[in-house]
Amino acid sequence: MDSKIALRLDINSRDYHVNVEARQTLADVIREECGLTGTRVGCEHGVCGSCTIVVDGAPVRACLMFAPQAEGKKIRTIEGMAEGDDLHPIQRAFSDNHALQCGFCTPGFIMLIAAWLEQNPAPADGEITGMLSANLCRCTGYRNIFRAVKQIVAELG
Amino acid sequence: MKAAPFTYHRPGKLEEALDILSRVAGQDGRIIAGGQSLVPMMALRLAQPAHLVDINEIASLRGTGVERQTLVIRALARHADFHQPALTGPLGPLLATVAQNIAHYPIRQRGTFCGSLAHADPASEWCLAAVTLGGTVIARRRGGAREIPAGEFIQGPLTTTLEPDEMISAVHLPVPDQTGRFGFYEFNRRAGDFAPAMSLVTFTVQDETVTQVRLGVGGAEETPRRLSQVEEALNNKPLTDAQIRMASELAASLITPLEDALIPQDYRRQIVKTAVRRALEAAQGSRHGQ
Repeated sequence: MDSKIALRLDINSRDYHVNVEARQTLADVIREECGLTGTRVGCEHGVCGSCTIVVDGAPVRACLMFAPQAEGKKIRTIEGMAEGDDLHPIQRAFSDNHALQCGFCTPGFIMLIAAWLEQNPAPADGEITGMLSANLCRCTGYRNIFRAVKQIVAELG
Repeated sequence: MKAAPFTYHRPGKLEEALDILSRVAGQDGRIIAGGQSLVPMMALRLAQPAHLVDINEIASLRGTGVERQTLVIRALARHADFHQPALTGPLGPLLATVAQNIAHYPIRQRGTFCGSLAHADPASEWCLAAVTLGGTVIARRRGGAREIPAGEFIQGPLTTTLEPDEMISAVHLPVPDQTGRFGFYEFNRRAGDFAPAMSLVTFTVQDETVTQVRLGVGGAEETPRRLSQVEEALNNKPLTDAQIRMASELAASLITPLEDALIPQDYRRQIVKTAVRRALEAAQGSRHGQ
C-alpha cells in the first residue's frame, strides 16, 4: 500500500522524474520532490487557493489532486511565468498596483488570473471580482489585485 | 500530505473501472472523478478509502450529449462544461446559470456533476437541479446498470442509494419544452460558500397562465426537494406578484429548516422565502430567466 509510484511530471516544459506515494498531493510533490517552492500550501483542503497552478490550461487547486493524477498533463507554476529577469505582464501589473504585501497568496493569484484570462480575455468588472473570490488574500485586500487585473485587461485589449 | 495511505488505480476503460471497483468495494474502495469534495474529506481524514479508482482517463465518460429528448451528463462532465450552454433551448442557459453559483472557478474546472450527486451535500446546486428537473441517475456495476430517479437517489445528507460496488456513469435530464422558462436564486453571505438556501423553478406559459410548474428548494433542508403544494398553487393561474408572494410564503411554511450556529431555523426560513420569490421573479422576468 505504501509502495511508491514512479512518475514523470511535465512542469513548465521540463520533465521531473519522481518517486511518490499515491497519497502525496500534487502541491507537495511540486514543492518537496521537484523543489519548486513558489507554489504555496495554505489550508491543504481546497479553500484558500494559494496552491493554484495551471494543469492542461485550467487553473486548479494543486492540493486537491494527487500527484499520480497529473502524469501526462502539462503543468505550469509561478516559476514558469517570468522569462529571466523579465517579469510576466501579470507579475508586473501586481508590482505596479501594489497588489501584494507578504506575497504568500501571490503565486496562486497569478496562476489563477493567467489561466482565467486565457478563457475570459475581455471580462466585465463583476466577472473579475467573481474570479478573484476563489483565492484568499489577507494583507492587501482585493482592491489592488482587482486594479492589477484591470491593467492587464487594458493592456491585452 | 494529509490523506491516509491508499492504493491508486487508473483504469482506461469503464469496464476495467467497474471490475476493479467490484474487487475493492468491500475495502471502502471509492471512485474519484473531480475530487473536489472527496480529497478535502481525505485531507481531514473524514474519509480513508483503502483504494481510489481514478476514472479521469476514461474518454467515454467525458462531457455531455443529447440523445432523443434527454441530456446525457456523463461521469466526467465538469461544472465548467456548463459555463457555456451545453445545448440549445432553455436547459442550456438554466444549467449555465446554476453552474456560476457552484464554489469557485478553479473548483469548477475539476468538480463534476455526477460527483456532486454521489456526494449528496444538502447545499449542492446540481442535486437541486437533478431533483427539480426530474433527472435520472444511471448507477452501473460490473455486469449491470440501474436507473434511479434523482429524488429517490438522494436519501439524506451525504447519503444516497448507491451501492459500494456501483458508480454513477451518467445522469439524464429530460430536455424541456423550447418555450420553457426558468429562474434560479441562491443566497450566500460570501461567494462560493455552501448556500443556506436556494431555489430553482421552471414552467411554461400558455395563454397568460403558467403550467407544468416545477419548484425546488435546496440547501435549506437535509435534502433538496420539490414542493408539490407550491407547484399546485401556482399551476394554471397567471403568475402575478400576489401569486409569487403567496408561493414564497407557502414554501417557507412547508420546509423543515436545517439549523447551525450561524443560521437558526427561523432565519433560514426567511431566506427560503426570499430565494423562492427571487427565483420566481427571475423566471417571470425574462424568457430564458436570467
